[in-house]
Amino acid sequence: MSQARRERWIAFLLILPSIILIAIFVYGFIGWTATVSLSQWDGVEPNYAWAGLKNFRQLFTQEGGVSATRFRIDLWNTLFFTLLFLLVCVVIGLLLAILLDQKIKGEGIFRTIYLFPMALSFVVTGVVWQWIFAPGTETRLRGVNALLHNLGLDALRWKWYTDTRSVGPFHLALIPVIIAAAWQMIGYCMAMYLAGLRGIPEELREAARVDGATEIGIYRHIILPMLQPITLSALIVLGHISLKIFDLVYTMTGKGPGFVTDVPGIFMFETTFQGNHYAQGAAISIIMLLMVALVIIPYLVFSLRREVEL
Amino acid sequence: MSAHRTPRRTVRLNPTRIGIYTLLILFALLFLIPVYVLVVSSLKTFAEVQDLSRLWSPPTGLHLESFRAAWWGIPEKGLRGLSQNLLNSVYLTVPATILSSMLGSLNGYILSKWRFRGANVLFPLMLFGMFIPYQSILIPLTQTLAAIHLGGTIWGLILVHVVYGIPITTLIFRNYYAEVPTDLVEAARIDGANILGVYWRVLFPLSVPGFVVVIIWQFTNIWNEFLFAVSILQKPDVQPITVALRNLAGSQIQEWNMIMAGTLIAAVPTLLIYIIMGRYFIRGLLAGSVKG
Repeated sequence: MSQARRERWIAFLLILPSIILIAIFVYGFIGWTATVSLSQWDGVEPNYAWAGLKNFRQLFTQEGGVSATRFRIDLWNTLFFTLLFLLVCVVIGLLLAILLDQKIKGEGIFRTIYLFPMALSFVVTGVVWQWIFAPGTETRLRGVNALLHNLGLDALRWKWYTDTRSVGPFHLALIPVIIAAAWQMIGYCMAMYLAGLRGIPEELREAARVDGATEIGIYRHIILPMLQPITLSALIVLGHISLKIFDLVYTMTGKGPGFVTDVPGIFMFETTFQGNHYAQGAAISIIMLLMVALVIIPYLVFSLRREVEL
Repeated sequence: MSAHRTPRRTVRLNPTRIGIYTLLILFALLFLIPVYVLVVSSLKTFAEVQDLSRLWSPPTGLHLESFRAAWWGIPEKGLRGLSQNLLNSVYLTVPATILSSMLGSLNGYILSKWRFRGANVLFPLMLFGMFIPYQSILIPLTQTLAAIHLGGTIWGLILVHVVYGIPITTLIFRNYYAEVPTDLVEAARIDGANILGVYWRVLFPLSVPGFVVVIIWQFTNIWNEFLFAVSILQKPDVQPITVALRNLAGSQIQEWNMIMAGTLIAAVPTLLIYIIMGRYFIRGLLAGSVKG
């Protein structure tokens, strides 16, 4: 064997342990979960007897009773949570990045403040915002409600994440959770946009100014279009986090009264590890995986192909 | 950044700039509300947090009893302290971070300097592993850990973090080593170095910034992680601090000063790293969006 071929083999052998681990722990386990989702495993002891699509039917049709009701609410919650969370993060993240790009004194301090929540655990975020939006009771008001009462703004009090009102399928109780999640992730958007803004050569802006463009015009016609790839990356990364969110909601509110703040991640966890309905938990997680894959796979293919071209 | 701006456009204070600063300060204050809540509540006595009319007011003094309670617990009320859980987090995070960084460094080296056939397919397949919802591997994972007698142990959780850390650590190191000129590698090979020799003599000595980014990233993520920990570790005395904290806050107790003190204790390690090494933290953050 030639020297080059031998070394290529050694290179492959060095990376082989990682390949095997990923093959087993990612792909093998996904296959295993898919098998469980098609089984009758409903108890502590494994039971791989074939059930066909029964577990999925129970999530999507009347046959499932409460499970189907809960899962329908979960999917609506995920949809609204994702849309609003992405909107808030991108808009405020972009705004903060543009503001910080104006030769700001103390830029470092502002940046540190906007970004520090990223260093925290979702559990920490959940505990603090649970306190802030805890409604309390009529006689013992807590959190923001107590503050509103002290300010004489009782008309603005509501039951926050325990409120059962909804507009169509949109549960108002999701709003406090979206605020908490956005608080944690806005800084990420800001950091990405700021990196993008810093990558735009000053000559471009200068040339536009010479041509008589206004500062706002420069942003609208030159800078914002150049930031589009960053928006795409931010949407994908935040979007897939939002589709699989668990710890923040689980800590802050749990499933809530009438599942107002429930998400598939919580349903999966509770039905699997507290209810021992393993097959149902597996079915939910397979649906979560499909939702995430729908977003991530095109993105991976796209960004790696672009990398190869470069 | 201001270095390459033209000096002609010096900045004066005008209404627009006052508006910009006002907005920035307003957002900064909004972002700091949870910090205010955390600090203020944790410095109150139990009697003070019970007084709901003064919920948002500063404490009457610097009361540290909440930190004592969060650390050692309140045995007469059946509340566990978090000291053991903090240690568990250290026992979990330090080995898992070191092992996964080393693995990532080796993988990144191979993938950036020894492109073998199939690497273009393998790499995206590996990357996909960092985006999956971990719920979709959780049932087989708990079954497997139990079967190899690592269920319910910190070692089992370390293994989990090392394995699922492979994609992100490999990605960061691959992008990092891609910047190292191939000439250096070629020169070392002409001098007779083999694969591992090139790594030890050329890449590894240049790796410090790469390791700093990856170590900070992994440390923060593993310290903050919840889903794996709560699914794998049932016994309170082996749980890391995130799980113990959520159990404390979810238990309907009234001791909010103790909970907030515990939350601060859980947050301090990663916050300190962020404040001291923010630059490297952001680099890890941006690397997570695939195109580093």
